[in-house]
Amino acid sequence: MSPAIEARGLTRILPGLVPVTLVEGIDLTVQAGEFIAITGPSGSGKSSLLYLLGLLDKPSSGTVRLQGLATEGLDGDQLADLRLARIGFVFQFHFLLPEFSAAENVAIPMRRLGAMPEKAIRARADELLEGLGLAEHRAKLPEQMSGGQRQRAAIARALANDPALILADEPTGNLDTASAHLVFQTLRGLARDQNRTIIVVTHDTELAATADRRLHLVDGRVVP
Amino acid sequence: MAPLGLAIAMRHLLHRRRQTLTSLVGVSLGVAFFIGIASMMQGFQRDFVNRIIDAAPHITIKDEFRTPPPQPVFAAFPDAAVRLRGIKPKDEVRGLRGARALIDALEQMPGLHLAPTLAGQILLRFGAKDISGNVTGIVPDRERLVTKLERDLIAGSLDSLYTAANGIIIGEGIALKAGIGMDDMVSVIAPSGVLLRMKVVGIFRSGITLMDNYDTYVLMKKAQVLQNRPNVINRIRIRLDDVEQAADLARAIETRFGWRTESWQEQSSNILSIFVIQNAIMYSTVGAIVIVACFGIFNVISTVVFEKTKDIGILKSMGFRDADIRRIFVYEGLIVGIVGMLIGWALGYAIVEFMASLRFNLEGFVRAQGFVLYRTPKHYVLSGAMAIFASTFAAWLPARRASRLNPVDIVRGAA
Repeated sequence: MSPAIEARGLTRILPGLVPVTLVEGIDLTVQAGEFIAITGPSGSGKSSLLYLLGLLDKPSSGTVRLQGLATEGLDGDQLADLRLARIGFVFQFHFLLPEFSAAENVAIPMRRLGAMPEKAIRARADELLEGLGLAEHRAKLPEQMSGGQRQRAAIARALANDPALILADEPTGNLDTASAHLVFQTLRGLARDQNRTIIVVTHDTELAATADRRLHLVDGRVVP
Repeated sequence: MAPLGLAIAMRHLLHRRRQTLTSLVGVSLGVAFFIGIASMMQGFQRDFVNRIIDAAPHITIKDEFRTPPPQPVFAAFPDAAVRLRGIKPKDEVRGLRGARALIDALEQMPGLHLAPTLAGQILLRFGAKDISGNVTGIVPDRERLVTKLERDLIAGSLDSLYTAANGIIIGEGIALKAGIGMDDMVSVIAPSGVLLRMKVVGIFRSGITLMDNYDTYVLMKKAQVLQNRPNVINRIRIRLDDVEQAADLARAIETRFGWRTESWQEQSSNILSIFVIQNAIMYSTVGAIVIVACFGIFNVISTVVFEKTKDIGILKSMGFRDADIRRIFVYEGLIVGIVGMLIGWALGYAIVEFMASLRFNLEGFVRAQGFVLYRTPKHYVLSGAMAIFASTFAAWLPARRASRLNPVDIVRGAA
């Protein structure tokens, strides 16, 4: 069985008068159901690596294979389709659309994919929110919810299209300790109970310690 | 459920009600004014043209040449440097020479009715009032074939010209200016010096101000006496079954016979050229309103794109393509354009009906009781197409910018 994601010699250099190396020579294999934490000091390339793994950014060299599928040579639309169907993102800021309710936000990726009828989409959105303890908040706008609730709604949205891979960039960075713990437990549970692959970028060493594997970056390179 | 892009666009617009409303008002006013102004201006223009076509001959052959005939000496010495001094025009009785043969030739043409006339100027004196005018000598039986003078008579009859000793038909404008009524005797003085006492046997109202204020009609023989030009005609007036043929046929007649031949378009060219200028002003003004409205749309959607940068980033990260993002913002322009168009249509309809309800005396090129309006679906289609095209174009520019945003820059907070 192919790994959930596999990176080989992944390098990203920002071109310019003085080229900046974000990550360099990263080799990484993550199996389905693994929970990986990427740690490191600020500017070490954690988020850059995450965006490369999530096909948001293109590497300067190296390859990324998603569930065995080579992604080099794919155009912007093909990469967007892959993200839509196979990857869920959670960011430090929830990025929920402020004009839409929690349930509507969760429904957006499903409606974009168009694989289900509208009724089933609504039912799944409710089910995802309920699973994350947000059943009574489904009709609320993001501004009517707390920080932790918004971030859990963002996780529900990331799960909408049943992706194999969840990528989270400092998902607890804006939360209080209790909310952060709850969000982290939620992500942990997704890997354990649903066999999803979770890669989390975090500064929080305590939370990172609960991951199956920890990847520490310094200056764009993995250090043991 | 609306398509996703449309739903997002709707929410964006509904959450910026004030700016959206401002853009809508701009588009609606542009559309409404277009309909109102176009209806009014084309109404007058079409009414004028219809009246001209109805009342005046479609083609007039005159006893003139478009360019004066060349002097024989130039033909005799084509390569020489010839200069003539002190040229004096011939002192001759003007008129259409060989008119009989000309009329016979014209009468062979199908779909053509003609009436020979003798036109000139007169001074009409009634009491202490002197009024200058045009006199046209006509043969009533022929005249009714080429103009609607008989239908325009508000008093008297065309045949009275035959029965009255010295009958004259005058325009309503002349009658009102001088206070002349039916059966009044007026003095008619021609430039030839001939003076005739004539009896008013008819008053007409064509609705065309120039005709009503200046034109008079007498029997052909009387006109020839007045102008001291016995057995002479100087105009042949032609009416066509197909008015669209007027310009081509006028050219053909002039080419064949040499006499200056004017179609109704040429005779009314001054006024028709004013209409062209009027239309240019109208379309420029209404176009400017729509352009201003489009700047509003551009502004609103640019602001939305700026405010929604983070949303664009997350939508792209979750798998929206560039075209999906572009579509959202183009939809916003399209929605403003369509809703603005519908409101503008309703407003335009109301403006037209309001103008139609107004009653007042209007005297310009034509005489009317209130606005003369032309109602046509074309105005609605044209204004709607203009609004939708302009709104979509105004939205497309910021939409393109939105679709090109890099999601990595956005989620990093750089965009």
